[in-house]
Amino acid sequence: MTAPHGTARDTAAPVNLAAASQTFALRRVWAMVLRYIYLLRSSWPRMLELAYWPLVQMILWGFISQFFMTNSTWVMQASGVLLGAMLLWDVLFRAQLGVSLSFMEEMWSRQLGYLFATPLRPIEHIAALLVLSLLRTLVGVVPAALLAIVFYHYSVFTLGLPLIVFFANLMVMGWGIGLFVSAIVLRFGLGAESMAWFLIFAIAPFSGIYYPVSALPVWLHPLAWALPSTYVFEGMRAVMFQHVFRADLLAAAAALNIVYIGLGIGAFLFAFRLARQRGLLLQIAE
Amino acid sequence: MQEAVIEVRGLTKRYGEVLAVDSIDFSVRRGTTTALLGGNGAGKTTTLAMLLGLLLPTSGSIAIFGVDMLRHRQKVLPRMNFSSPYVDLPGRLTVREILVVYGHLYGLEDTAARIASVAEDLSIVEFLDRQSRTLSAGQKTRIALAKALLNQPELLLLDEPTASLDPDTGDWVRSYLLDYQRRTGATLLLASHNMTEVERMCDHVMILRAGSIVEKGTPAGLIERFGRDTLEEVFLDVSRNRAGVEVSPIRAAQ
Repeated sequence: MTAPHGTARDTAAPVNLAAASQTFALRRVWAMVLRYIYLLRSSWPRMLELAYWPLVQMILWGFISQFFMTNSTWVMQASGVLLGAMLLWDVLFRAQLGVSLSFMEEMWSRQLGYLFATPLRPIEHIAALLVLSLLRTLVGVVPAALLAIVFYHYSVFTLGLPLIVFFANLMVMGWGIGLFVSAIVLRFGLGAESMAWFLIFAIAPFSGIYYPVSALPVWLHPLAWALPSTYVFEGMRAVMFQHVFRADLLAAAAALNIVYIGLGIGAFLFAFRLARQRGLLLQIAE
Repeated sequence: MQEAVIEVRGLTKRYGEVLAVDSIDFSVRRGTTTALLGGNGAGKTTTLAMLLGLLLPTSGSIAIFGVDMLRHRQKVLPRMNFSSPYVDLPGRLTVREILVVYGHLYGLEDTAARIASVAEDLSIVEFLDRQSRTLSAGQKTRIALAKALLNQPELLLLDEPTASLDPDTGDWVRSYLLDYQRRTGATLLLASHNMTEVERMCDHVMILRAGSIVEKGTPAGLIERFGRDTLEEVFLDVSRNRAGVEVSPIRAAQ
């Protein structure tokens, strides 16, 4: 290796920085989105994983739906109620996973120390995680939804415009939980990473995904109605069974989601500050 | 006299009962190279992390370029950069992709041109399209250095810049850093165990022990004051005169 010989490049051409100290820079959000896109592009197992589970779930619930179509009067009234529920549940799951897994990529690659030595602000990192979550969810769920049309002649898109509202509410709830999980992983290290997989399933039984809330014991109803997802799944069944759009349910889901996303962002920012107090940004490990 | 780029007053970091950095005061003048010397757990990395805002001090103040780092770090961070063997860059990304991401984070207006320039300077053009995980330790050090120089920092903080490098690569890195400083007038602050490196590169030395600055001066001045032949002998004199057992502050915090 030869010793470097200086050129006048740095002296002659100072680097121009584009308002790097501004409060919220879309450019830094884009940088982080780009970082995850590069990562996904470089790793086919990661790309495969995005679509694999939604497809497996769709195939499984497609067969279950076909079976119940001839054995359950409830399912017979609205064919596709189980498949629709499964696809919407996967939106929530993927949205949560999209945030927490994208965040954990930084911990696995041990570069938080470099990232936050740049002008990147935690709120910009959060914005990037949300964008990534949306992209990951679309990549995972849309192919499954399209193949459900091919395989089972069921289109979740027949829900019409309410589908957009259901999707948006489940995304926001997933973001809130994903940020909360990321906060826990930031605070307690990668030993807590499995929370990204199991925490969301703790709320599944109470969300009324495949059955109405009335099927739950009465003492569990308050817990169920504290979850935005419950309102979405009840709203979905109202569209499918009664052919009505329950704006009241969706308004309640949206109001709860403001709380959920607020708590998620708050937890992440709190954990970030704690990490700065305890030196965790440079010491990420199990 | 040159202006102070870094002004630290009463900087303290405590993790519970463990005092990692004990009310240190120092300043670093523009265009100089200063070393933080000390054994393991002396407080070097903790000090660098506080200067970067990665770690919040328990008390004290840090002003960089005259700006209060504890309140307005985002105003200062675009003008500085950092490299450490203990922080990684994403292994699955190519070197070019890594530099593009950091170029955007630092707000470079012409990221592609700057990457080309830095890559040529650091002789990493041939690695640009390789995933960083496939590179050797020496090559990775140069990539980290490329990341650290992307924004042409006026202040460069280096944590053990030549740790785990073979002598040839270590010498190359030192030569490059000196050359960069000569060309740009940048200020360098490095934490190191390597006394030869410090003697060769640094105008000023601060020796840390158990979180306190116990000696300060020029390398030649310290050697003369201690009546020794090398800085390593001075360092051994200072560190063997320790009062108590040193505890890694980071480990103590976990």
